[in-house]
This record gives sequence, structure tokens and C-alpha cells, in this order.
Amino acid sequence: MSESRRTYDKAAYEAHLVELENKSVYLLREAYANFKELCMLWSIGKDSTVMLWLARKAFYGHVPFPLVHVDTHYKIPEMIEYRDRLAREWRIDMIYGENKAALDAKETFPDGRLSHIECCRKLKTEALTHTLAGDWPRYRMNHDTGRYEVDSNTEPYTGVIVGVRADEEGSRSKERYFSPRDKNNDWGVGDQPPEFWGQYKTDFAPGTHVRIHPLLDWTELDIWEYIRRESIPVVSLYFDQGSGRRYRSLGCAPCTTPVESTAKNLDDIIEELRTGKFSNIAERSGREQDKEDGGGLEELRKDGYM
Amino acid sequence: MNIVIVGHVDHGKSTVIGRLLADTDSLPQGKLEQVREMCRRNSKPFEYAFLLDALKDERSQGITIDAARCFFKTAKRDYLIIDAPGHIEFLKNMITGASRAEAALLVIDANEGVRENSRRHGYMLKMLGIKQVAVLVNKMDLADYSEEVFKSIEAEYRGFLEEIGIRAKSFIPVSAMQGDNIAAQSSDMTWYKGRTVLEELDAFDEKESEADSLPFRMPVQDVYRFTGSGDDRRIIAGTVESGRLKIGDECVFYPSGKHTHVATFEHFGAGETPTEIKTDMAAGFTMTEQIYIRRGEICCLSGEKTPKVGTSFVASLFWLGISPMVKEKNYLLKIGAAKVPCQLKEIISTLDASTLDRGKKDKIDRHDVAECIIECSKPIAFDLTSEMPKTSRFVLVDEYEISGGGIITAEVEKTGISDVARDLAMRRNEKWETSSIPSELRAKRFGQRPGIVIITGHRYIGKKAMAKELERELWDAGRQVYFLGIGNLLYGVAGEIKVEGEIPDRYEHIRRLGEVANIMMDSGMLLLVTCAEFTANDMEVLEATVDTEHIHTVWLGDKVTTDVVPDLAISDASDRDATAVRIKSFMAERGLIFI
Repeated sequence: MSESRRTYDKAAYEAHLVELENKSVYLLREAYANFKELCMLWSIGKDSTVMLWLARKAFYGHVPFPLVHVDTHYKIPEMIEYRDRLAREWRIDMIYGENKAALDAKETFPDGRLSHIECCRKLKTEALTHTLAGDWPRYRMNHDTGRYEVDSNTEPYTGVIVGVRADEEGSRSKERYFSPRDKNNDWGVGDQPPEFWGQYKTDFAPGTHVRIHPLLDWTELDIWEYIRRESIPVVSLYFDQGSGRRYRSLGCAPCTTPVESTAKNLDDIIEELRTGKFSNIAERSGREQDKEDGGGLEELRKDGYM
Repeated sequence: MNIVIVGHVDHGKSTVIGRLLADTDSLPQGKLEQVREMCRRNSKPFEYAFLLDALKDERSQGITIDAARCFFKTAKRDYLIIDAPGHIEFLKNMITGASRAEAALLVIDANEGVRENSRRHGYMLKMLGIKQVAVLVNKMDLADYSEEVFKSIEAEYRGFLEEIGIRAKSFIPVSAMQGDNIAAQSSDMTWYKGRTVLEELDAFDEKESEADSLPFRMPVQDVYRFTGSGDDRRIIAGTVESGRLKIGDECVFYPSGKHTHVATFEHFGAGETPTEIKTDMAAGFTMTEQIYIRRGEICCLSGEKTPKVGTSFVASLFWLGISPMVKEKNYLLKIGAAKVPCQLKEIISTLDASTLDRGKKDKIDRHDVAECIIECSKPIAFDLTSEMPKTSRFVLVDEYEISGGGIITAEVEKTGISDVARDLAMRRNEKWETSSIPSELRAKRFGQRPGIVIITGHRYIGKKAMAKELERELWDAGRQVYFLGIGNLLYGVAGEIKVEGEIPDRYEHIRRLGEVANIMMDSGMLLLVTCAEFTANDMEVLEATVDTEHIHTVWLGDKVTTDVVPDLAISDASDRDATAVRIKSFMAERGLIFI
């Protein structure tokens, strides 16, 4: 359920953003202080880009851990160009992983062999799990050449920062800020650690890892308001370039459809969310994996999907 | 504003939320009709709780399994409402939900009256520090809207709350199902003249504004220095718990007592760099005098009330762990950014939070509340809950899980052998004149970091000869090194307590050795000291006076015969040259000498 704010008190909203920012910065610093093998997942979308910006905020211009992107090789091309440009400009320790076997064998939805959900499971969940575990190759950007090389570090990541928001859909509203995953990447929804007084689960058994969610309290509107406030660069796909269509949520090209919208800039997008046509329509309505039966995303998430 | 709804299972929390959402027009279009239609098809009477379940995608067991979130708004402000489950097994979810809230609604069924969890949740609100509470006596429609029923529940529960130190803002008779006194005045309870639930919510205070006027407290979350990326700033980072700090202010860190001044506040991104930081800000600042500080200390403002420092304290705690909390078992205590091993020393009393019956047990069971003494293996800085609640709060980790939470209510008299040494060291640090030459510059020039290497082991194994040879070799390699013979200390610095032929006050001697060593560490030296059969207690005293990272222990001899855990043990030290090589490579490994 998204928060609709029919009235707009500018000072109150600024205070709200400051509060969200302070909380996220605190969480990022806790993650950095407690996890030696720490990484941040970067989907290239607006949420994880805001999270990346918050990391630069927390560490005063630096990003002291690698950013990991799961490349399905079906992403919209602008996304990859944008990823590598920002990685170079901001001197980010950029890593990507992939499911090479599935891609080589054409075990994908676009190849007609799998359903949406099965394809997500192969190209995203499996690729992510093995990239985090370090048992499939990780490709790391060499800032001298600008090219990706196989990373020699194969240590499993024990802390993984993920940009999910509680308001996105049902299963994410039950998340903790620090959420443990067991050896099989399973998420025990019914039995989660208590979180209070700014203390989180930072101790974990060998073989398990912890997902950290600094954006849990943010809404879609908060994200856009913050992008505007901080002038954070986002992929141009979010804006209507003249076709009367734009992307509201980014994913793989075959499974993500643009929405009808003439929002050409941040002000337009925010206006659209606040009072316009999207104020009552779910953000992920253009994403296929949410639509399949059996609580598609919650099932995927239990297996380790973001 | 964040609101938590708590109360006994089936007393109608979900219905209250459903009604609040519906009556404030906060539901997605068509949702209400959709759920009504679903109920009609399944021949079930409509309940607002179904609506909530549909919204939250809840399908399990018909009970809310977690503190999920709902948004609604009134003309005055936005609300995030956190639904905390009433099922007894899910207390930790209730605590998670409630700790995010600024105010609470506590729901009691008019027919069932005050139940076990009505009281337990009330007590947890008190422990969690939530002061704004409104009590809703629900299902009044099923109690014939009886003023008598309402008054009797109010009297009973008000008495309970007062006993634990909570003053409820109000008691409101409601029927969430029928919508009485939720958003609109009930026409069936004209005897009630107070506020509706929505009016009461709007009457709650936004934030505890008092935190800004309390003494400054900022747990040091980290000290950043990204020299690898060409950034020479050393930034103390943390989130302010209370008070204010300005550029130029002198700050003191506890438990160490070290002090410096704020040079600059740091900032990245849009907006101005602050000139002052205050409560809830995630901040960072640089120092005028470079001192060595680590995560876990608390930054305070000089001249304000100082926090307590010690290893033991009295606390009220609640236990959530499946296995009970017992004595002589190691737990981790997390307070602010500090994390230290601790043990349960004594249970003063246990309390059944649902009856307030006091008892005395030898363990703290799940969902018990207890007054007890906790002892940490290292000193921590804390405040008392009666003075500064935020910095009196801690959690306990059992194995890998947060299994309890507590608030510190009193100090414990200090009796440990290292307590005196630590207090003196803290006072010395508070007055310490920081060198104008930063330790990094000394390290760079000397090609070494300061450190004290304790060479210990059996008597007569040749420790002194070894130390002197090592001193010579390090000197020849260009190091700033000094062998401190214990006699140099015994007859001078410790002259007045020295009794010929014996050492009656071993710990005081070690304390003085530590104080001398501390000065030499500040001057950047490598110090070699020999000591026969160094023990864990000796180590504790030394660690109370010298920063732990400066201390390195080497044991010579085939067997470690004390309870100390040496950093390096050389079982065969007969070959002096080989032993010197091993100690030197150990010093290089530890970053003491640069090669």
C-alpha cells in the first residue's frame, strides 16, 4: 500500500526526508563496521542508486565496499552504459556476476524455454546466490583499463546491502533492517530477529549471511523527492523522451514494459505520483514476475531473490 | 508519526486498524468492496481484520505474524501504524514494532477485560520507553455500551499502569467493528465526553523534544580514514543520541577519557555543512588534536554531566531467548556502538510481567523480566535510565541472536583489581596534554608504531638477556627502542611502596609500569619489558592503563604456566639468535616495525 500525501507541507516533508536519510546512513555505517566481507547490490534502478548515494553520504564521498550487479544480459542497454559510467566517475569497486551456463544453454524466457518466474530464478536468483557465495566467477572493473576482469577474491560475502522498500509489496513489508539468510539462502519469515534501540543482528553463524536493508522505510515518492533534493543522476529511461512512454520500474527488457506517461523530468514524476495518475497504482504493475500465481515474489524471495 | 497497536490476542487490534484506514479514506480504491464481496461469497461475516489481511498478503493461521505497516493520515499529519501481534510467542515482533513507535494504542476487550498480555505489553511499553499511551476498551457494542463495564476496566488497568510508572493519556470506550468513537463520536455512548481515537492520536506530541537539552552523547560508530582514496581526513562518525555539539567545542570520549576539540563537521551532497550537530543527526567531525579513538566509545561534551564508566551495573532486563539466561555463561552486551563480553552475575529478583508478582529464581526464562547485576569483561560507558534513558539501553546476544534487552538502573560499587587503575587512567586522559606531533608523523619518521613487548615465561629462562639482545638488534636496525629494566622502576617511580626482598603490591607496580609505558607509547617508542610469569590479572591491570593495541606478549618456555594467553609462545628459546628472529618477525607481522 503506498502512502498518498494529498496535502504537501514542504517543511514537514523535508524533515521527513532528513529523518529517512539519517536512519539509512546509520544502518550503512552499522553494516560497514560489522561485516568484513560486505557488498552492496546495485540493480541500476532508482532505489539502489539512491542507496549508493546514501553510502557516499555516510562515508563522505567514498564507497568503501564493492557494488555487485547481477547481469542477466537482457537488461535495457542504457542501464549497463549508465552503470559503467557512474562506476568510473565515482571510482566504484564494481563487480558483476551472471549465470553463464543458463545463458549459453539458452535456458531463458526470451529463448522460449522457461516461464517468467523460472527465468528469474535462473538468471537472477541463481546468479546472485553463486556470485555472493563466490563459487561462480565475479567480474571486477579494472579502473586503469575500464574493463572487467575475473576477480581473484572468491570469499563469500557475509553482509549484503539490498535496496528493498517495505511499501513495494506484501513480503517486503515483513522484512527487518538486518535480515539473516541461512546456508540455503532461506529467509525464515515467521521467525525473525528482534530489532530495537538501534541494535541489529550483526552476529551470524559460519555459512550464513545477513541482508541489510537501509531503504526499508522509504516510499517510491520519498525516493523521487530525494533524487530531486540531492540531484542524483538516474537512468534516462525513467523519463519520457517524446514517445509518451517511460519506465516506472526497470528490469529486463523482455519482461518490463514502459507506462503511458509524459513525465519528462523529476518535477513531472513527483507530481504524477503525488496527485496524478499513479497515486493509486502499484509501482511494480509493469513487472511480470509479480503476477504469476502462488505469491511469485515472496517465493522467489525465500530462495534468495532481492 | 509512528503508532504501535498492542494488546491481548483477539481483543481487536486489526479491527481498530482496519477501521482507522477505512474511516480516514486511506484504502486503495475498491479494496473494501472487494473484501466484503469475498466474505459474502464464503458466507463469512465481514471483519475489518480480513481487510487488513488482504492488504498485507497475510495468509497464515489467521494471526498477524509480524509487525507490518499501514499508512493513513488525518488533517493534522501522516501516521505509520505498526500492527504488533498479540500472540504470546511473538513478543519479539511486538518489541520490534513498538520500538519504532512514538506512541501506543493498547486495546482491551470489554468482555474479556484485562488479560495476561494486556499487562505484559503495558510493561514492555514502559521498558521500551514509550510514554504516550491511550487505552481503547474495545467491543463496547457487545457489552451493551455499558459505562459500568468501561469504568471497571479503566479502574483496574489504570491502577496497573500507575504501578509500573505509566500515565495513560486517556481511556476510550470504542467499538471498532461498529465505528464507535474511532473517527466519530458514538451515539450509543453519550455518557463518554472524551476524545475519539483520531482526536487522541492528533493530540499526541510529535517527538520527545527534551533530548536536545540533555547532555551531549554520540556513540562513536566508526573512525573513517580513506587514505587509500587520497583522503587524509580522519572523521569521527556517529548518530547523536542527545544534546548539541558545535565547532570548537571540547569533547571527551568515554570510557577512555581522551579529549580533543571539534575542528570541522563533515558533509557530502546537497545542503550546507552544519556548524552544530544535535539529536538524531547522523554526523561526522574532524578533530584539532589527533587522538586515537575507536568504535564503541561515547563522545561527550566537556563540562557537561559525564557518563558512568564501569564493568558492572544493575539492570532491569527482559529475556526473549528460547534458552534461559544463566550465570557463568558468556553473552555479548551491545550498548551504543560498544560490544563487550559479559556474564549474568546475580539475579536480584524476577518479575512476572503479566501479574507483577516478584520471585527469585536462578535463571531468567523466556519472557521473564528480571532485576539483575551484569558484569562485563571490559569497561563500558553508560547512563542511568532515570537520567538519560537512551544511553542506558543495551541488548544481550546469546550465541548469534539478540536474546534480551535491558535498561541500566544503578551503578555497582567498584571492587575489581583493575578498577582503580582504570579510573586513574581515565582521569589522566581527561587532563592529558596532547602532543602537537601526531602519532602518524612519529610512526613515519621512526618506521615503527609504538608498542610494549612483554617478554615473560618461567623464571631463570634468560628473559632479560633475551630482551637486551633484542634491544641491541632493533637499535642496530635503526629502531627507537628501549629496554625498561624492572629495577629502574622499583626503586624510583615505585620507591615508596617498595619493600626490600618482596613485592607486596604487585598490581600497583604494574599500574605504575603501565603509566610509564603510556608516556613512552605517546613518544612513539618501542618498549621491551621482562616479567616473570605474567598473569591474566596482570594483563587486566596493564590494559587498564595502556591502550590494548599497544600491548604484545611473548612467552618463552615449553609450557605456558599461567592463565595469560600470550600473543606469541616460543617453546624452545635456547637459541637466542633464532628467538630474536622470531620475535622480530612477530613485531613486523603486528605492524610494530615496518620493513
